[in-house]
Amino acid sequence: MFQFCTDPSTLATAQWFACYLTNGVHLLFYQSFLVVFALLAVAAPLSLALGFLAATASRSQIAPARWIGKIYTAMVRGVPDIVFFLFFVLVLDQGIEYLRHLIVCPDWTDPIRQGANFLVCSAARTPQGNAPQWVHETYNFGLAVFTYAIVFGAFCGNVLYGAMNAVPRPQLETAAAYGMSRRQVFWRILVPQMWVYALPGLSNIWMILIKATPLLFLLGIEDIVYWAREIGGSRNSRFAYPHPDWRFFYFLGLLVFYLCFTRLSEIVLDRLTRRLTRGQATAGGEALRRAAA
Amino acid sequence: MMTCAEAFQSYALRSLGYGERALPQGDISLCEQVVLIGSGMIWNVYLGLVALAFGFFFAVALALGKASSRRMIRKPSEWFIFLFRGSPLFIQFFMAYEAFVMLPRLGVEFEVFGIAIEAETRWLARAWLGALIVLFCNTSAYAAEIFHGALRSVPRGDLEAADAYGLSGWKKFRRITFPTTMRLAWPAYTNEAIFLFQSTALVFFSSFPAIQQGGDALYYASYFADRTFNPFIPYPIVALYFIALTLVVITVFGAINRRLNRHLPGDQRPRLRFRPNLIR
Repeated sequence: MFQFCTDPSTLATAQWFACYLTNGVHLLFYQSFLVVFALLAVAAPLSLALGFLAATASRSQIAPARWIGKIYTAMVRGVPDIVFFLFFVLVLDQGIEYLRHLIVCPDWTDPIRQGANFLVCSAARTPQGNAPQWVHETYNFGLAVFTYAIVFGAFCGNVLYGAMNAVPRPQLETAAAYGMSRRQVFWRILVPQMWVYALPGLSNIWMILIKATPLLFLLGIEDIVYWAREIGGSRNSRFAYPHPDWRFFYFLGLLVFYLCFTRLSEIVLDRLTRRLTRGQATAGGEALRRAAA
Repeated sequence: MMTCAEAFQSYALRSLGYGERALPQGDISLCEQVVLIGSGMIWNVYLGLVALAFGFFFAVALALGKASSRRMIRKPSEWFIFLFRGSPLFIQFFMAYEAFVMLPRLGVEFEVFGIAIEAETRWLARAWLGALIVLFCNTSAYAAEIFHGALRSVPRGDLEAADAYGLSGWKKFRRITFPTTMRLAWPAYTNEAIFLFQSTALVFFSSFPAIQQGGDALYYASYFADRTFNPFIPYPIVALYFIALTLVVITVFGAINRRLNRHLPGDQRPRLRFRPNLIR
């Protein structure tokens, strides 16, 4: 990075750290923070959409749709999420391979499960064995994001279902009295009003989602935890930058990062709540009105 | 292959180091999986139970600290709660492990009565103590926030009535403030207890080593999943065990909830509503 970094062993402390913190692996470490943000950016809207679908399905008049919605939101109850994380990635992985196997190699006669092995024909391997590295990484990341979306979608579904029920009934009845169809009532009255009731729950889920991002490491993604462990471990003198076991300090850094991130989210969400409660027929809205008057 | 009775006999206490040493190989029967994962659950229950029991008292202290008017007491409590609620439990585990491993190297020595004692830090790097300390701090912080919220919503009339009866200080706290706080906080605290038991599952990944393959439920589940390449049996078994544990927690806490609210007419008693979702 810097001119003087050619021979680190001769440097003074400050310069040594300047070089050390900007060497190749550290740049990869800093990039891996983007993985966290990417996960949040994709998983949050996706799980919100899934949750919306689940909540709508739970309110449906068609019984099977209602059952699916209820079972899905109830699914996460009582089971540690980590079990879902571990389970879903494997299930998705094997499921995709199995489906492709059925399509690509219809005349395959050997059993898929041979004792301890899960064997599909080589054309059905996902991603293909000879695919470049980035395809494998993106595929794994995609699986991870999808798993997050499924788990957190169930949480969102729970919150949104409650929020939809919290919208005052007279509002919906009035809309019906004006001659709106069920669809119109849903989209024009229910959906715009439910967000203020959903916001406390959703901001809670957002915080949980932030705090669940280190679990990416368990799904085999090279995220910040992976790099912190990788770089922090002790390096002997064969390396350019020998140092003892510094993993503690790397994790301390991650801790501070998460503390700042959650604190920032808290402040933003508080602002958003104030903004959304303005003029609403709730205790919060009333308090805002009184304070202004 | 073993029969179920044999599997139970050899593996029921496997996670504590009793019974058959070698884990099953080759053909693994359903019974062996159920028994071994159940044996691992002993650790999950132990971690959750002990952390909860000690954490309760610390959480009450923290909540009172946060509600204190003295800055010297309030600020540390606030920071402790913020630290453990604002960061992922997973990172806390990693950090604590590294810290506990580093401690002996730095050499912690005490001098008590003129005798130098090297503090026994070896145990801290083990799951039964190290992970327990992290879980204890974590649940204390979360529960303290719940108790603090409840403490602030104790009805003012109750406190004024206590004043009118001439109660003050410790007696007022013991007889009025504390019971009402518990009554108000209990449904939320039940959820916290459930989350705590569920987050014991994370201990498996926290790099605290399992001594002599005496791990927790997920340790055995992942062993079986690796061995059989079939996640569809061990992980649902873990899930069922945790659901059973959750039901037990709800039953016990529900009984306490009924006792806390026994003076209220039936229709005013708050029902325990299980609102599950938090991961940390």
